[in-house]
Amino acid sequence: MNLPGGTIHGAGDRYNWRDSAYVSAITIATMVLMALVLAIGSALLWQSLPAIRSLGLGFITSHEWDDTAGKYGSAAFLSGTLYSSLLAILVSVPISICSAIFLAEIAPKWIRLPVTFIIELLAAIPSVVYGLWGIFVLIPLLRDKVMTPALASPAITKLPIVKSLLTGAGYGPSMLAAGLLLAIMITPFITAICRDILNAIPSMQRDAAAGMGCTQSETILKVVLPSAAPGLIGAVMLGFGRAFGETMAVTMVIGNMTPNTPDGKSLGLFDPGYTIASAMANKFTEATPGIATAALIELGLVLFVTSMLINFAARSLVKIAMRRLG
Amino acid sequence: MSSLARTPILRQRRLANGLFQSICAVSAVVAMTILGYILWFLLRQGLEYFKPTLFIRLPDNVNPALGGIKHSIIGSAGILFIALGISLPVGILSGIYQAEARGTLSQAVRFLTDVLNGIPSIVIGLFVYAIWILPYALKHPGQGYSGLAGGAALGIMMIPLVMRTTDEMLQLVPQSLWDASLALGTPRWRTMLLIVLPAARNGIVTGVMLALARVAGETAPLLFTVLGNEFEGPFTGPIDALPLRLYKYATSADPVQNSIAWSTALTLILMILTLSIVARLITRSGKK
Repeated sequence: MNLPGGTIHGAGDRYNWRDSAYVSAITIATMVLMALVLAIGSALLWQSLPAIRSLGLGFITSHEWDDTAGKYGSAAFLSGTLYSSLLAILVSVPISICSAIFLAEIAPKWIRLPVTFIIELLAAIPSVVYGLWGIFVLIPLLRDKVMTPALASPAITKLPIVKSLLTGAGYGPSMLAAGLLLAIMITPFITAICRDILNAIPSMQRDAAAGMGCTQSETILKVVLPSAAPGLIGAVMLGFGRAFGETMAVTMVIGNMTPNTPDGKSLGLFDPGYTIASAMANKFTEATPGIATAALIELGLVLFVTSMLINFAARSLVKIAMRRLG
Repeated sequence: MSSLARTPILRQRRLANGLFQSICAVSAVVAMTILGYILWFLLRQGLEYFKPTLFIRLPDNVNPALGGIKHSIIGSAGILFIALGISLPVGILSGIYQAEARGTLSQAVRFLTDVLNGIPSIVIGLFVYAIWILPYALKHPGQGYSGLAGGAALGIMMIPLVMRTTDEMLQLVPQSLWDASLALGTPRWRTMLLIVLPAARNGIVTGVMLALARVAGETAPLLFTVLGNEFEGPFTGPIDALPLRLYKYATSADPVQNSIAWSTALTLILMILTLSIVARLITRSGKK
């Protein structure tokens, strides 16, 4: 192993056995860490083999998941995951980026520190607590103030796209509740990363723009944001990854039911649904060892692979941005 | 200057600037208000059953209002303790490796750790289920769930966090300290153990406590591993934990259990806040 300075300090040829043991110990620990990722992937693959063999591609393409009939199709869970995460991103991104700009660029110093501290604490609130709030506050609020009026209003049924969105069962647990709760949860997370990225931008760029007579908004929109763009996109993708794999809060508010439409599919925000993670958490208690469990583990494998890909892309973007900013 | 200020184009730009600043400020206020509202609600609802009996009693099936969550608190503490035992050796040693070998390989490892960090917690729980509990359950139906497995799942989640913090804190130790020690002929392991690690100790302790705070509220990995329980049991069998109890009571049909869920959430949040605040105080005292 090539330790830095090993030869410079003349210690290179004087390793005693304790030093070798030390080097082995830290190397082994690192190997364990790297092996973990591989182990997670292969263990999930191994235990889901029965399902992969008997279901094949139907697992991803079919919409039907019926334990008693032995049908396991996860397409509805996949689309539900995408739908709720995109919804969360749509709501959260404008607020998060604007808040990050406020914290990094506009706010006076005495506001920055306490607010940053609060955001860090909020990011530490467990998702099950958000779920609790979702069940007892958000769901009744949405049902009484949004869903019931919207379903009763004749005006909405005339609007072209809106009418297919603002529809559904409307009894509370729904895609809308899941999307909004996810948005609330990932806002502190995205804000914190965006703020770090904005802070990393050299102040010389701002000074140059200000020296040319730019107002603060022009400096931010035309100079700061363009050079921060890759990092900000990465931050949004990290937030997307969070929402994608979030389990407890979603399980508690999404309803865990197939929408009550003829084909079981619905774009209606007021309809209940499933995500991959909520289906895993929800169906796990009923699953008996065998094909049912294997199918659930295959769901986990799908979640593992997709979230690895999202995170890989997001981290690369953040890394590129940070390196470019020096 | 004064004549410039009156040109319409500048007035327009100033207006746009003011508008932009207000939009940003309003978003920050909106975000803080919603989050503040959640915390306020938690405090209001949680205080109802937040009394001594909550912490010294077990769930009461006849009269839920008299029940407590003692076993969940003990279970959570035990699971976190096991997670600490698993993540500390691997996390700290690999963090030391990162700081010692600052090459391309360590860059790759660092990147991989970040990616590992982004794996959904439910997948980690499922991993422990797949390699530990399922094989056991196939031989002994209905068994296999244990506090140990839950601790292992949370421990795996903590490893990248502990590694990251160890690495960062060791990087902050001045190079001259390493050099001075090595120049005196001190072996590498002694330099690390007696000179560098003590210098970084406070930072590492803080990072580990923040990592603990982060996994303390994890529910999803525990669903598949410790299962939950209504009474105190050994850690080799199914036990209960605060987040599991909270989930169970929140989704229960009994309004009293719903209220206890709020108090459980308050207990959990206070535990996490205490960990994070004490962790920050440790760093601060180290800086003086």
